[in-house]
Amino acid sequence: MKLFEPWALLGLTLTLSAARADDVPVAVAANFSAPMKEIAALFEQETGHRALVSPGSTGKLSEQIRNGAPFQVFLSADERTPASLEAEGLAVPGTRFTYAIGQLVLWSARPGFVDGKGEVLKKGGFRHLAVANPKLAPYGAAAMEAMAKLGVLAAIEPKIVTGENIAQTQQFVATGNAELGFVALSQVLRDGKPVEGSMWVVPSDLHSSIRQDAVLLAPGKGKPAAEALLRFLRGDRARAVVRAFGYGL
Amino acid sequence: MTPADFSAIRLTAELATLTTLLLLLVGTPIAWWLARTESRWKGPVAAVVALPLVLPPTVLGFYLLVTMGPHGPVGRLTSALGLGVLPFTFPGLVVASVLYSMPFVVQPVQNAFEAIGARPFEVAATLRAGPLDTFFSVAVPLARRGFVSAAILGFAHTVGEFGVVLMMGGNIPGVTRVVSVAIYDHVEASEYAPAHALAGGMVLFSFVVMLAFHWVSASPRRRAG
Repeated sequence: MKLFEPWALLGLTLTLSAARADDVPVAVAANFSAPMKEIAALFEQETGHRALVSPGSTGKLSEQIRNGAPFQVFLSADERTPASLEAEGLAVPGTRFTYAIGQLVLWSARPGFVDGKGEVLKKGGFRHLAVANPKLAPYGAAAMEAMAKLGVLAAIEPKIVTGENIAQTQQFVATGNAELGFVALSQVLRDGKPVEGSMWVVPSDLHSSIRQDAVLLAPGKGKPAAEALLRFLRGDRARAVVRAFGYGL
Repeated sequence: MTPADFSAIRLTAELATLTTLLLLLVGTPIAWWLARTESRWKGPVAAVVALPLVLPPTVLGFYLLVTMGPHGPVGRLTSALGLGVLPFTFPGLVVASVLYSMPFVVQPVQNAFEAIGARPFEVAATLRAGPLDTFFSVAVPLARRGFVSAAILGFAHTVGEFGVVLMMGGNIPGVTRVVSVAIYDHVEASEYAPAHALAGGMVLFSFVVMLAFHWVSASPRRRAG
Protein backbone atom coordinates (compact mmCIF):
# COMPACT_ATOMS: atom_id res chain seq x y z
CA MET A 1 0.00 0.00 0.00
CA LYS A 2 2.80 2.34 0.92
CA LEU A 3 4.24 2.09 -2.56
CA PHE A 4 1.13 3.61 -4.06
CA GLU A 5 0.94 6.68 -1.89
CA PRO A 6 3.38 8.91 -3.80
CA TRP A 7 1.51 8.17 -7.00
CA ALA A 8 -1.82 8.95 -5.43
CA LEU A 9 -0.41 12.23 -4.16
CA LEU A 10 0.97 13.11 -7.54
CA GLY A 11 -2.38 12.40 -9.17
CA LEU A 12 -4.13 14.56 -6.63
CA THR A 13 -1.72 17.43 -7.18
CA LEU A 14 -2.22 17.26 -10.94
CA THR A 15 -5.99 17.26 -10.55
CA LEU A 16 -5.88 20.23 -8.19
CA SER A 17 -3.64 22.35 -10.38
CA ALA A 18 -5.76 21.53 -13.41
CA ALA A 19 -8.80 22.79 -11.57
CA ARG A 20 -7.17 26.12 -10.77
CA ALA A 21 -5.93 27.08 -14.21
CA ASP A 22 -6.31 25.33 -17.50
CA ASP A 23 -3.77 24.70 -20.19
CA VAL A 24 -4.88 25.52 -23.72
CA PRO A 25 -2.98 23.69 -26.45
CA VAL A 26 -2.74 26.15 -29.36
CA ALA A 27 -1.53 25.43 -32.89
CA VAL A 28 0.07 28.60 -34.24
CA ALA A 29 1.25 29.38 -37.76
CA ALA A 30 5.02 29.85 -37.54
CA ASN A 31 4.95 33.51 -38.62
CA PHE A 32 2.87 34.38 -35.55
CA SER A 33 4.91 32.45 -33.02
CA ALA A 34 6.82 35.46 -31.62
CA PRO A 35 3.75 37.69 -31.07
CA MET A 36 1.85 34.68 -29.70
CA LYS A 37 4.50 34.19 -27.03
CA GLU A 38 3.89 37.76 -25.82
CA ILE A 39 0.15 37.36 -26.05
CA ALA A 40 0.33 34.10 -24.11
CA ALA A 41 2.24 35.83 -21.31
CA LEU A 42 -0.36 38.61 -21.12
CA PHE A 43 -3.14 36.02 -21.26
CA GLU A 44 -1.69 34.08 -18.36
CA GLN A 45 -1.24 37.30 -16.39
CA GLU A 46 -4.86 38.26 -16.89
CA THR A 47 -6.65 34.91 -16.64
CA GLY A 48 -4.22 32.45 -15.03
CA HIS A 49 -4.72 30.08 -17.96
CA ARG A 50 -1.68 28.94 -19.88
CA ALA A 51 -1.52 28.81 -23.67
CA LEU A 52 0.75 25.96 -24.79
CA VAL A 53 2.00 27.09 -28.18
CA SER A 54 2.96 24.64 -30.94
CA PRO A 55 4.33 26.50 -33.96
CA GLY A 56 4.46 25.00 -37.47
CA SER A 57 3.40 25.51 -41.05
CA THR A 58 -0.33 25.97 -41.54
CA GLY A 59 -0.34 22.87 -43.77
CA LYS A 60 1.39 20.67 -41.22
CA LEU A 61 -0.71 21.85 -38.29
CA SER A 62 -4.00 21.35 -40.14
CA GLU A 63 -2.87 17.86 -41.11
CA GLN A 64 -2.13 17.12 -37.46
CA ILE A 65 -5.55 18.48 -36.48
CA ARG A 66 -7.19 16.22 -39.09
CA ASN A 67 -5.37 13.30 -37.55
CA GLY A 68 -6.53 13.88 -34.01
CA ALA A 69 -4.05 16.34 -32.52
CA PRO A 70 -5.48 17.66 -29.22
CA PHE A 71 -5.22 21.38 -30.12
CA GLN A 72 -8.12 23.47 -28.85
CA VAL A 73 -7.38 26.68 -30.75
CA PHE A 74 -5.83 27.18 -34.19
CA LEU A 75 -4.20 30.39 -35.38
CA SER A 76 -3.81 29.82 -39.10
CA ALA A 77 -1.80 31.87 -41.58
CA ASP A 78 -4.75 31.99 -44.00
CA GLU A 79 -8.54 32.04 -44.02
CA ARG A 80 -9.02 28.99 -46.22
CA THR A 81 -7.69 26.37 -43.78
CA PRO A 82 -9.90 27.28 -40.79
CA ALA A 83 -12.89 27.41 -43.13
CA SER A 84 -12.22 23.93 -44.48
CA LEU A 85 -11.64 22.59 -40.96
CA GLU A 86 -15.04 23.99 -40.03
CA ALA A 87 -16.61 22.40 -43.12
CA GLU A 88 -15.08 19.07 -42.11
CA GLY A 89 -16.62 19.33 -38.66
CA LEU A 90 -13.25 19.72 -36.93
CA ALA A 91 -13.81 23.32 -35.84
CA VAL A 92 -16.69 24.96 -34.04
CA PRO A 93 -18.97 26.92 -36.48
CA GLY A 94 -19.23 30.64 -35.92
CA THR A 95 -15.94 31.01 -34.06
CA ARG A 96 -13.73 32.08 -36.97
CA PHE A 97 -12.33 35.62 -37.10
CA THR A 98 -9.34 37.44 -38.57
CA TYR A 99 -6.77 38.07 -35.84
CA ALA A 100 -4.09 39.59 -38.09
CA ILE A 101 -3.37 40.56 -41.68
CA GLY A 102 0.08 39.40 -42.69
CA GLN A 103 2.73 41.51 -44.37
CA LEU A 104 5.16 39.85 -46.76
CA VAL A 105 8.72 41.20 -46.97
CA LEU A 106 11.75 40.38 -49.04
CA TRP A 107 14.57 40.29 -46.54
CA SER A 108 18.34 39.85 -46.51
CA ALA A 109 20.58 39.65 -43.45
CA ARG A 110 23.07 41.80 -45.41
CA PRO A 111 22.56 45.55 -45.11
CA GLY A 112 22.00 47.19 -48.50
CA PHE A 113 21.44 43.91 -50.35
CA VAL A 114 17.70 44.35 -50.82
CA ASP A 115 16.71 47.75 -52.23
CA GLY A 116 13.52 49.60 -51.37
CA LYS A 117 11.81 48.63 -54.64
CA GLY A 118 12.67 44.96 -54.89
CA GLU A 119 14.80 45.59 -58.00
CA VAL A 120 17.21 42.94 -56.69
CA LEU A 121 14.76 40.30 -57.94
CA LYS A 122 15.29 41.49 -61.52
CA LYS A 123 19.01 42.19 -61.14
CA GLY A 124 19.86 38.80 -59.68
CA GLY A 125 23.34 38.50 -58.17
CA PHE A 126 22.36 35.86 -55.61
CA ARG A 127 22.64 32.09 -55.48
CA HIS A 128 19.72 31.20 -53.25
CA LEU A 129 16.39 32.80 -52.49
CA ALA A 130 14.43 31.23 -49.63
CA VAL A 131 10.67 30.82 -49.79
CA ALA A 132 8.36 28.92 -47.43
CA ASN A 133 6.92 25.82 -49.07
CA PRO A 134 4.04 27.31 -51.13
CA LYS A 135 2.03 24.13 -50.77
CA LEU A 136 2.02 24.39 -46.97
CA ALA A 137 2.63 28.01 -46.03
CA PRO A 138 0.44 30.92 -47.18
CA TYR A 139 3.43 33.29 -47.06
CA GLY A 140 5.20 30.98 -49.50
CA ALA A 141 2.20 30.99 -51.83
CA ALA A 142 2.02 34.80 -51.63
CA ALA A 143 5.73 35.06 -52.43
CA MET A 144 5.34 32.88 -55.54
CA GLU A 145 2.35 34.98 -56.60
CA ALA A 146 4.33 38.21 -56.22
CA MET A 147 7.29 36.87 -58.21
CA ALA A 148 4.95 35.66 -60.95
CA LYS A 149 3.26 39.06 -61.12
CA LEU A 150 6.66 40.77 -61.40
CA GLY A 151 7.56 38.40 -64.23
CA VAL A 152 10.70 37.13 -62.49
CA LEU A 153 9.52 33.71 -61.34
CA ALA A 154 10.91 31.71 -64.27
CA ALA A 155 14.35 33.27 -63.89
CA ILE A 156 14.45 32.85 -60.12
CA GLU A 157 12.86 29.40 -59.84
CA PRO A 158 16.17 27.45 -60.09
CA LYS A 159 17.54 29.50 -57.18
CA ILE A 160 14.64 28.89 -54.83
CA VAL A 161 15.25 26.93 -51.64
CA THR A 162 12.21 25.91 -49.68
CA GLY A 163 11.78 26.16 -45.94
CA GLU A 164 9.36 23.72 -44.36
CA ASN A 165 7.67 26.70 -42.74
CA ILE A 166 8.25 30.45 -42.55
CA ALA A 167 10.47 30.11 -39.46
CA GLN A 168 12.90 27.76 -41.21
CA THR A 169 12.84 30.09 -44.22
CA GLN A 170 13.89 33.00 -42.04
CA GLN A 171 16.63 30.85 -40.52
CA PHE A 172 18.04 30.05 -43.99
CA VAL A 173 18.37 33.81 -44.61
CA ALA A 174 19.56 34.70 -41.10
CA THR A 175 22.45 32.21 -41.31
CA GLY A 176 23.39 33.70 -44.70
CA ASN A 177 22.96 30.37 -46.48
CA ALA A 178 20.37 32.05 -48.68
CA GLU A 179 21.26 35.65 -49.55
CA LEU A 180 17.64 36.71 -49.34
CA GLY A 181 14.16 35.34 -48.86
CA PHE A 182 10.47 36.08 -48.48
CA VAL A 183 9.43 36.14 -44.83
CA ALA A 184 6.80 37.74 -42.63
CA LEU A 185 7.44 41.30 -41.47
CA SER A 186 6.78 40.11 -37.91
CA GLN A 187 9.88 37.91 -38.06
CA VAL A 188 12.28 40.74 -38.90
CA LEU A 189 11.01 43.29 -36.40
CA ARG A 190 12.31 43.49 -32.85
CA ASP A 191 10.33 45.82 -30.61
CA GLY A 192 8.88 47.49 -33.67
CA LYS A 193 12.26 48.15 -35.34
CA PRO A 194 13.76 46.25 -38.28
CA VAL A 195 16.54 43.82 -37.36
CA GLU A 196 19.91 44.20 -39.06
CA GLY A 197 19.87 43.66 -42.79
CA SER A 198 17.79 45.09 -45.58
CA MET A 199 14.22 44.60 -46.67
CA TRP A 200 11.54 45.47 -49.16
CA VAL A 201 7.98 45.49 -47.90
CA VAL A 202 6.13 43.76 -50.75
CA PRO A 203 3.15 45.91 -51.89
CA SER A 204 -0.09 44.14 -51.13
CA ASP A 205 -1.34 44.47 -54.72
CA LEU A 206 1.28 41.95 -55.83
CA HIS A 207 -0.39 39.07 -54.01
CA SER A 208 -3.73 38.13 -52.51
CA SER A 209 -4.05 39.45 -48.97
CA ILE A 210 -2.82 37.23 -46.17
CA ARG A 211 -5.81 37.26 -43.82
CA GLN A 212 -4.91 35.12 -40.87
CA ASP A 213 -7.92 33.51 -39.19
CA ALA A 214 -8.26 31.93 -35.78
CA VAL A 215 -10.81 29.27 -34.94
CA LEU A 216 -11.98 27.21 -31.98
CA LEU A 217 -11.31 23.54 -32.69
CA ALA A 218 -13.62 20.70 -31.72
CA PRO A 219 -11.51 19.61 -28.70
CA GLY A 220 -11.83 23.18 -27.35
CA LYS A 221 -15.61 23.26 -27.49
CA GLY A 222 -17.06 24.15 -24.09
CA LYS A 223 -13.59 24.63 -22.59
CA PRO A 224 -13.63 27.97 -20.73
CA ALA A 225 -9.89 28.52 -21.11
CA ALA A 226 -9.95 28.02 -24.89
CA GLU A 227 -12.91 30.36 -25.26
CA ALA A 228 -11.20 32.90 -23.02
CA LEU A 229 -8.11 32.82 -25.25
CA LEU A 230 -10.15 33.58 -28.37
CA ARG A 231 -11.87 36.45 -26.52
CA PHE A 232 -8.48 37.72 -25.39
CA LEU A 233 -7.17 37.65 -28.99
CA ARG A 234 -9.96 40.04 -30.02
CA GLY A 235 -9.20 42.37 -27.11
CA ASP A 236 -7.13 45.56 -27.09
CA ARG A 237 -4.09 44.15 -25.28
CA ALA A 238 -3.61 41.38 -27.83
CA ARG A 239 -4.32 43.71 -30.75
CA ALA A 240 -1.62 46.09 -29.57
CA VAL A 241 0.90 43.24 -29.70
CA VAL A 242 -0.34 42.21 -33.15
CA ARG A 243 0.18 45.76 -34.47
CA ALA A 244 3.58 46.12 -32.83
CA PHE A 245 4.74 43.13 -34.86
CA GLY A 246 3.84 44.81 -38.12
CA TYR A 247 0.55 43.12 -38.89
CA GLY A 248 -2.48 44.94 -40.16
CA LEU A 249 -5.85 44.57 -38.47
CA MET B 1 3.81 9.14 -58.52
CA THR B 2 4.97 12.27 -60.29
CA PRO B 3 8.22 12.78 -62.27
CA ALA B 4 9.40 14.71 -59.21
CA ASP B 5 8.99 11.55 -57.13
CA PHE B 6 11.08 9.52 -59.57
CA SER B 7 13.71 12.22 -59.50
CA ALA B 8 13.70 11.97 -55.69
CA ILE B 9 14.25 8.21 -55.92
CA ARG B 10 17.12 8.64 -58.39
CA LEU B 11 18.65 11.36 -56.23
CA THR B 12 18.42 9.20 -53.12
CA ALA B 13 20.08 6.27 -54.88
CA GLU B 14 22.90 8.51 -56.12
CA LEU B 15 23.41 10.02 -52.69
CA ALA B 16 23.49 6.64 -50.95
CA THR B 17 25.84 5.10 -53.52
CA LEU B 18 28.31 7.95 -53.43
CA THR B 19 28.18 8.15 -49.62
CA THR B 20 28.78 4.40 -49.27
CA LEU B 21 31.77 4.44 -51.63
CA LEU B 22 33.31 7.43 -49.86
CA LEU B 23 32.69 5.84 -46.47
CA LEU B 24 34.39 2.59 -47.47
CA LEU B 25 37.35 4.67 -48.61
CA VAL B 26 37.52 6.88 -45.52
CA GLY B 27 36.16 4.40 -42.98
CA THR B 28 38.43 1.46 -43.74
CA PRO B 29 41.68 3.08 -42.54
CA ILE B 30 39.87 4.32 -39.42
CA ALA B 31 38.45 0.85 -38.77
CA TRP B 32 41.87 -0.73 -39.35
CA TRP B 33 43.51 1.68 -36.93
CA LEU B 34 40.79 1.16 -34.31
CA ALA B 35 41.05 -2.62 -34.63
CA ARG B 36 44.82 -2.73 -34.23
CA THR B 37 45.85 0.20 -32.07
CA GLU B 38 46.65 0.18 -28.39
CA SER B 39 46.88 3.95 -28.27
CA ARG B 40 45.10 5.78 -25.49
CA TRP B 41 43.32 7.77 -28.22
CA LYS B 42 41.43 4.65 -29.27
CA GLY B 43 38.55 5.33 -26.87
CA PRO B 44 38.02 8.99 -27.80
CA VAL B 45 38.30 8.29 -31.55
CA ALA B 46 35.85 5.37 -31.31
CA ALA B 47 33.48 7.60 -29.34
CA VAL B 48 33.61 10.38 -31.94
CA VAL B 49 32.94 7.91 -34.74
CA ALA B 50 29.95 6.54 -32.82
CA LEU B 51 28.45 9.97 -32.01
CA PRO B 52 25.91 10.02 -34.88
CA LEU B 53 24.34 6.88 -33.36
CA VAL B 54 23.11 8.86 -30.38
CA LEU B 55 23.01 12.51 -31.46
CA PRO B 56 19.66 13.83 -32.64
CA PRO B 57 19.87 14.61 -36.39
CA THR B 58 18.89 18.17 -35.48
CA VAL B 59 22.24 18.64 -33.70
CA LEU B 60 24.18 17.55 -36.77
CA GLY B 61 21.89 19.53 -39.08
CA PHE B 62 22.22 22.67 -36.97
CA TYR B 63 26.03 22.52 -36.74
CA LEU B 64 26.42 21.71 -40.41
CA LEU B 65 24.16 24.60 -41.41
CA VAL B 66 26.09 26.99 -39.21
CA THR B 67 29.66 25.79 -39.89
CA MET B 68 29.21 25.17 -43.62
CA GLY B 69 27.26 28.41 -44.16
CA PRO B 70 28.96 31.55 -45.48
CA HIS B 71 29.81 32.81 -41.98
CA GLY B 72 31.05 29.47 -40.63
CA PRO B 73 34.67 28.26 -40.70
CA VAL B 74 34.03 25.44 -43.17
CA GLY B 75 31.92 27.73 -45.34
CA ARG B 76 34.70 30.34 -45.44
CA LEU B 77 37.21 27.66 -46.41
CA THR B 78 35.06 26.19 -49.20
CA SER B 79 34.29 29.70 -50.49
CA ALA B 80 38.00 30.58 -50.49
CA LEU B 81 38.70 27.40 -52.45
CA GLY B 82 36.12 28.50 -55.02
CA LEU B 83 33.71 25.69 -54.11
CA GLY B 84 30.98 27.96 -52.82
CA VAL B 85 29.03 27.07 -49.69
CA LEU B 86 27.69 23.58 -49.19
CA PRO B 87 24.17 23.87 -47.70
CA PHE B 88 21.42 23.46 -50.35
CA THR B 89 23.79 21.55 -52.63
CA PHE B 90 24.20 17.88 -53.48
CA PRO B 91 27.87 17.80 -52.36
CA GLY B 92 26.68 19.30 -49.06
CA LEU B 93 24.30 16.38 -48.60
CA VAL B 94 27.13 13.95 -49.38
CA VAL B 95 29.34 15.52 -46.69
CA ALA B 96 26.47 15.39 -44.17
CA SER B 97 25.66 11.77 -45.05
CA VAL B 98 29.27 10.66 -44.74
CA LEU B 99 29.37 12.04 -41.20
CA TYR B 100 25.91 10.76 -40.35
CA SER B 101 26.45 7.19 -41.61
CA MET B 102 30.08 6.86 -40.49
CA PRO B 103 29.51 4.46 -37.55
CA PHE B 104 27.39 2.14 -39.69
CA VAL B 105 30.39 1.52 -41.93
CA VAL B 106 33.33 1.79 -39.53
CA GLN B 107 31.97 -0.53 -36.85
CA PRO B 108 31.23 -3.64 -38.98
CA VAL B 109 34.61 -3.32 -40.72
CA GLN B 110 36.38 -2.82 -37.40
CA ASN B 111 34.63 -5.89 -35.93
CA ALA B 112 35.62 -7.95 -38.96
CA PHE B 113 39.26 -6.86 -38.64
CA GLU B 114 39.24 -7.68 -34.94
CA ALA B 115 37.72 -11.12 -35.59
CA ILE B 116 40.66 -12.12 -37.76
CA GLY B 117 42.88 -12.42 -34.70
CA ALA B 118 46.67 -12.26 -34.59
CA ARG B 119 47.50 -15.62 -36.17
CA PRO B 120 47.07 -14.82 -39.92
CA PHE B 121 49.21 -11.72 -39.48
CA GLU B 122 51.97 -13.70 -37.77
CA VAL B 123 51.93 -16.16 -40.65
CA ALA B 124 52.07 -13.29 -43.13
CA ALA B 125 55.02 -11.84 -41.24
CA THR B 126 56.94 -15.13 -41.34
CA LEU B 127 56.32 -15.15 -45.11
CA ARG B 128 57.91 -11.67 -45.15
CA ALA B 129 54.83 -9.90 -46.40
CA GLY B 130 55.04 -6.09 -46.13
CA PRO B 131 52.35 -4.17 -44.23
CA LEU B 132 50.51 -3.06 -47.39
CA ASP B 133 50.69 -6.53 -48.88
CA THR B 134 49.42 -8.02 -45.61
CA PHE B 135 46.54 -5.55 -45.53
CA PHE B 136 45.37 -6.22 -49.09
CA SER B 137 46.03 -9.96 -49.35
CA VAL B 138 45.23 -11.03 -45.77
CA ALA B 139 43.11 -8.49 -43.89
CA VAL B 140 40.76 -7.33 -46.65
CA PRO B 141 39.84 -10.80 -48.00
CA LEU B 142 39.31 -12.17 -44.48
CA ALA B 143 37.13 -9.20 -43.58
CA ARG B 144 35.09 -9.17 -46.78
CA ARG B 145 31.90 -10.16 -44.99
CA GLY B 146 32.38 -7.11 -42.77
CA PHE B 147 32.79 -4.90 -45.84
CA VAL B 148 29.57 -6.22 -47.36
CA SER B 149 27.68 -5.64 -44.09
CA ALA B 150 29.17 -2.16 -43.84
CA ALA B 151 28.19 -1.28 -47.40
CA ILE B 152 24.62 -2.52 -46.88
CA LEU B 153 24.18 -0.64 -43.59
CA GLY B 154 25.85 2.54 -44.84
CA PHE B 155 23.68 2.59 -47.96
CA ALA B 156 20.45 1.85 -46.08
CA HIS B 157 21.13 4.35 -43.33
CA THR B 158 21.80 7.10 -45.87
CA VAL B 159 18.54 6.28 -47.66
CA GLY B 160 16.79 6.55 -44.28
CA GLU B 161 18.24 9.97 -43.50
CA PHE B 162 15.70 12.73 -42.91
CA GLY B 163 16.31 15.28 -40.19
CA VAL B 164 19.73 16.42 -41.35
CA VAL B 165 18.59 16.77 -44.96
CA LEU B 166 15.50 18.70 -43.94
CA MET B 167 17.60 21.15 -41.96
CA MET B 168 20.32 21.87 -44.50
CA GLY B 169 18.95 20.68 -47.83
CA GLY B 170 16.40 23.38 -48.60
CA ASN B 171 14.10 20.84 -50.29
CA ILE B 172 15.20 21.56 -53.88
CA PRO B 173 13.68 19.19 -56.45
CA GLY B 174 16.39 17.15 -58.16
CA VAL B 175 19.15 18.55 -55.94
CA THR B 176 18.32 17.92 -52.30
CA ARG B 177 14.76 16.58 -52.19
CA VAL B 178 15.40 12.96 -51.28
CA VAL B 179 12.66 10.36 -50.87
CA SER B 180 12.19 10.84 -47.13
CA VAL B 181 11.66 14.59 -47.59
CA ALA B 182 9.35 14.01 -50.57
CA ILE B 183 7.19 11.74 -48.38
CA TYR B 184 7.06 14.39 -45.66
CA ASP B 185 5.98 16.99 -48.24
CA HIS B 186 3.23 14.77 -49.61
CA VAL B 187 1.85 13.93 -46.18
CA GLU B 188 1.78 17.57 -45.09
CA ALA B 189 -0.04 18.53 -48.26
CA SER B 190 -2.56 15.69 -47.76
CA GLU B 191 -1.35 13.97 -50.96
CA TYR B 192 -1.76 10.50 -49.56
CA ALA B 193 -1.56 8.48 -52.80
CA PRO B 194 2.02 9.42 -53.73
CA ALA B 195 2.95 9.35 -50.04
CA HIS B 196 1.74 5.75 -49.84
CA ALA B 197 3.59 4.78 -53.01
CA LEU B 198 6.89 6.19 -51.75
CA ALA B 199 6.46 5.08 -48.13
CA GLY B 200 5.42 1.56 -49.15
CA GLY B 201 8.44 1.41 -51.43
CA MET B 202 10.67 2.42 -48.53
CA VAL B 203 9.25 -0.35 -46.31
CA LEU B 204 9.84 -2.92 -49.04
CA PHE B 205 13.34 -1.62 -49.76
CA SER B 206 14.30 -1.60 -46.08
CA PHE B 207 12.97 -5.12 -45.60
CA VAL B 208 15.01 -6.44 -48.50
CA VAL B 209 18.10 -4.65 -47.21
CA MET B 210 17.77 -6.00 -43.69
CA LEU B 211 17.14 -9.50 -45.07
CA ALA B 212 20.29 -9.25 -47.16
CA PHE B 213 22.16 -8.01 -44.10
CA HIS B 214 20.89 -10.96 -42.08
CA TRP B 215 22.02 -13.45 -44.73
CA VAL B 216 25.44 -11.87 -45.00
CA SER B 217 26.11 -11.58 -41.29
CA ALA B 218 24.45 -14.84 -40.18
CA SER B 219 26.27 -17.22 -42.54
CA PRO B 220 29.02 -19.18 -40.81
CA ARG B 221 32.22 -17.20 -40.60
CA ARG B 222 34.25 -20.31 -41.35
CA ARG B 223 33.22 -20.17 -44.99
CA ALA B 224 34.89 -16.82 -45.31
CA GLY B 225 38.21 -18.29 -44.25
